[in-house]
Amino acid sequence: MKWSEFFVTGEPLIYAADVAIVLTMVGIVFVLTYFKKWKWLWNEWLTTVDHKKIGVMYIICAVLMLFRGGVDALLMRAQLTAPNMKFLDAQHYNEIFTTHGTIMILFMAMPFIIGLMNIVVPLQIGARDVAFPYLNALSFWLFFFGALLFNISFVIGGSPDAGWTAYFPLAGNEFSHGVGNNYYAVALQISGIGTLMTGINFLVTILKMRAPGMTLMRMPMFTWTILITCVLIIFAFPVLTVALALMTFDRVFGTQFFTMANGGMSMLWANLFWIWGHPEVYIVILPSFGIFSEVVSTFAQKRLFGYKAMVGSIVGIAFLSFIVWVHHFFTMGAGPAVNSAFSITTMAIAIPTGVKIFNWLFTIRKGKIRFTTAMLWSLAFIPNFVIGGVTGVMLAMAAADYQYHNSYFLIAHFHYVLIAGTVFACFAGLHYWYPKMFGHILNERLGKWTFWLFMIGFNVCFFPMYFLGLMGMTRRMYTYSAGLGWTPLNVVATVGAVLMGIGFIVLCYNIYYSARYGERDMTGDPWNGRTLEWATASPPVHYNFPVTPVVEDVDAYWVMKKKYGGFHVKEEDLKPIHMPSNSGRPFWMSVAFFVAGFGLVFKWFALAIVGALFIVLGLILRSFEDDDGYHIPVDEIKRMERAARKGA
Amino acid sequence: MKWARWRAVLVLPFLFLFGGCVERTAVLNPQGPVARMQYDLIMWSVGFMLFIIVVVFTLFAVFLIRYREKPENAGYEPPDEEGNTLLEVVWTAIPILIVAALAVPTVKATFALEKPPTEKVKPITIHVTAANWKWIFSYPEENIETVNYVHIPAGVPVKFKLTSVGPMNSFWVPELGGQKYAMDGMETELILQADKPGSYMGRSANFSGEKFAHMEFEVVAQTGTDFRKWVNEVKQTAPKLDEKKYTQILKPGLVGRMTFSNTHLQWIDHAKQNSHHADGKPMKNDDQSDEAMTNSHHHGE
Repeated sequence: MKWSEFFVTGEPLIYAADVAIVLTMVGIVFVLTYFKKWKWLWNEWLTTVDHKKIGVMYIICAVLMLFRGGVDALLMRAQLTAPNMKFLDAQHYNEIFTTHGTIMILFMAMPFIIGLMNIVVPLQIGARDVAFPYLNALSFWLFFFGALLFNISFVIGGSPDAGWTAYFPLAGNEFSHGVGNNYYAVALQISGIGTLMTGINFLVTILKMRAPGMTLMRMPMFTWTILITCVLIIFAFPVLTVALALMTFDRVFGTQFFTMANGGMSMLWANLFWIWGHPEVYIVILPSFGIFSEVVSTFAQKRLFGYKAMVGSIVGIAFLSFIVWVHHFFTMGAGPAVNSAFSITTMAIAIPTGVKIFNWLFTIRKGKIRFTTAMLWSLAFIPNFVIGGVTGVMLAMAAADYQYHNSYFLIAHFHYVLIAGTVFACFAGLHYWYPKMFGHILNERLGKWTFWLFMIGFNVCFFPMYFLGLMGMTRRMYTYSAGLGWTPLNVVATVGAVLMGIGFIVLCYNIYYSARYGERDMTGDPWNGRTLEWATASPPVHYNFPVTPVVEDVDAYWVMKKKYGGFHVKEEDLKPIHMPSNSGRPFWMSVAFFVAGFGLVFKWFALAIVGALFIVLGLILRSFEDDDGYHIPVDEIKRMERAARKGA
Repeated sequence: MKWARWRAVLVLPFLFLFGGCVERTAVLNPQGPVARMQYDLIMWSVGFMLFIIVVVFTLFAVFLIRYREKPENAGYEPPDEEGNTLLEVVWTAIPILIVAALAVPTVKATFALEKPPTEKVKPITIHVTAANWKWIFSYPEENIETVNYVHIPAGVPVKFKLTSVGPMNSFWVPELGGQKYAMDGMETELILQADKPGSYMGRSANFSGEKFAHMEFEVVAQTGTDFRKWVNEVKQTAPKLDEKKYTQILKPGLVGRMTFSNTHLQWIDHAKQNSHHADGKPMKNDDQSDEAMTNSHHHGE
């Protein structure tokens, strides 16, 4: 392989990116060295097993990926603003929509949600960490290096270009010769293994580590949604693992699972992909429902309406999510009976979802609504998501879907559910739990600017796309001709995308501004919260709770405040606390995964084998490790509690 | 005012709906019985969807305005209500009824679309082969072939037999009806019909690689007489297609319109190239396999 093939060349945008990457890396190394922070970075972050720090790292990555995916989106909108634009060529455009989709779903939405659940779930159930803290660190680093591997593709080797769905035979060797789709297969595999382990970890955490008194039906709604999400992950992700493994065999070793020749079956890929892919969208939407439930209840200052129905409907949605995948390809010609069956199962999802919408509405009824930024995001979710939902029902009608399929109508629909559902939830959760993560509140004024810019921009961008779809514009077109009449709506959409971009910039400025000038949260409970995470200091001491709280009802902390005036800890009740030790092994094992993955991508098998050997070495070392963690003595707890509660 | 803000948000979508930006083209301009059946189904569903939107948006607006925190209600403590069984039954039952009201016509239409819209007229068959990045149309009975455009008789159901040599594409002529995939080594069938003579744009709706955006074709619907005249003209004037020329056409890239006085089906049918079907039979997308029709493709010339 020549150097000119190894590095992507020929695009001014890519050269600019090369320079930016080198400068950023030099800058990071310089800052760490100058401020002597290498040791701090290693001890406090790279080797941590603390669920809160891991959660923060997930969210930092997610925001970075939101930036990357957002730049991809703006480049696409720029190219589509006018007919016959020459801004991007076809190949470049194809790479950009592929990375946009993959990054936004797998490296933005997923880590954002997983980050929030890392921070919140153990706190909400009154636990000191997750069930398997070491595994949790490994999950994060596998995600991190998977994402890194995927992202370097645009400067080294070339990006995947067959869409985030990577349909065969297009994504196979017969039509995609570069290493781009190898990156797709291997990078998603590495981070997917991390996600699967997260699913197992949190399932066990929630089932086994709840505080005394917290029965399943007293769990906070966010924890409920995470529990069900874990079940979805455990059933869905192995399908992705297998599908990606077969794809890797096809692409790297020349097997013929999905090829045109020698009896390959490309439809098999589409089925496997969506058997994972449909539950996957519920993996990012159910936790969002949980976040909205928490925020709406807190700021309506009222208990969640119809708790049992809410639990029932998430279980129902989760079940249905596994029996609808064919609706992604009604047009494959499976026959009217099959299509009818999948139409009905798909439409049925509207029933539990509708129940949830009405329960949220009736939670705010008779409430006392405080319009904080987190609440604005949660309230805006309702009308916007309903638009996405009803158009989803329209898409579910197979006979009509033949006219919507793969058109901008579909694009509008899934952005309405994924942005108004998941992205709004991530922003709501970020503002809501920010004081819990960092000890200060995100500025509300800037927060509201972000909200209005982004929310209005979102509607201006995506609502016209419903009509572009009905006017015949199909997805993934890098350009269109002037006579089609699509130009005005495309211009409007681009304006909306720019507004969203400005909203994101205001959010980033808010993070900086609030770190410097933001209001410090000394109480640990800035929003008059209802669940146990607000019973801890902001940010919580690393062991979370000095003594394990006892739960008497749903909204455990609310009840404590009403009955006892808060969560009080008597110093004589303190006992030494058992905590897990930090470990550097998850980090370097994930580096080994990265090295092995890079070797597979380029078919440098010696490198892949070296990486694999280090992975095995890590497994062996862990198996013979004799580290039961450590105990924090009572005096130390007393000292830390006083320090944390100084302001209260 | 908060209300003014919310109203702006609510009204915005309807501005687009009635604004001058939306032209009645493609899906919104059905020009045949298939597209019209789908259009009617779409409009039927839109009615229910608008009803849902109005109900939710109204409740949403009323609750937001009435129950916001104001200086006047500082002492108000929201009630500790767990839920309301009657209400919850109501808002479970109504969506079930709506889904039923949508499911019945959906299932009917989904089955109806697999059959010709009219029994009175004998359908014609056109084989469609998608290749990187062009559409090849073969008329087995007329024994002619076109590239990137297709003539059809108006008022006659057309059975498009879709396949692909290469990546999956989707055959979509929105004004005549919904799409179906064209896949390698397989045959799918899409029935469309035009009401009257005219020109309708078609394109691939499934991404198939670099120049996919240019995979457009024109459907020219003509009266029966004009169509037969055109067929005869092609038979007399168009050149013959040979394997060499055909291989050239299949090479990845763009080509213009072409016309030939024979079809490539006489030496290869890509729908039967998958080794899963060693017996040479195509994979059918429905059970009513039409043997007579299939045979006529091979002995038609």
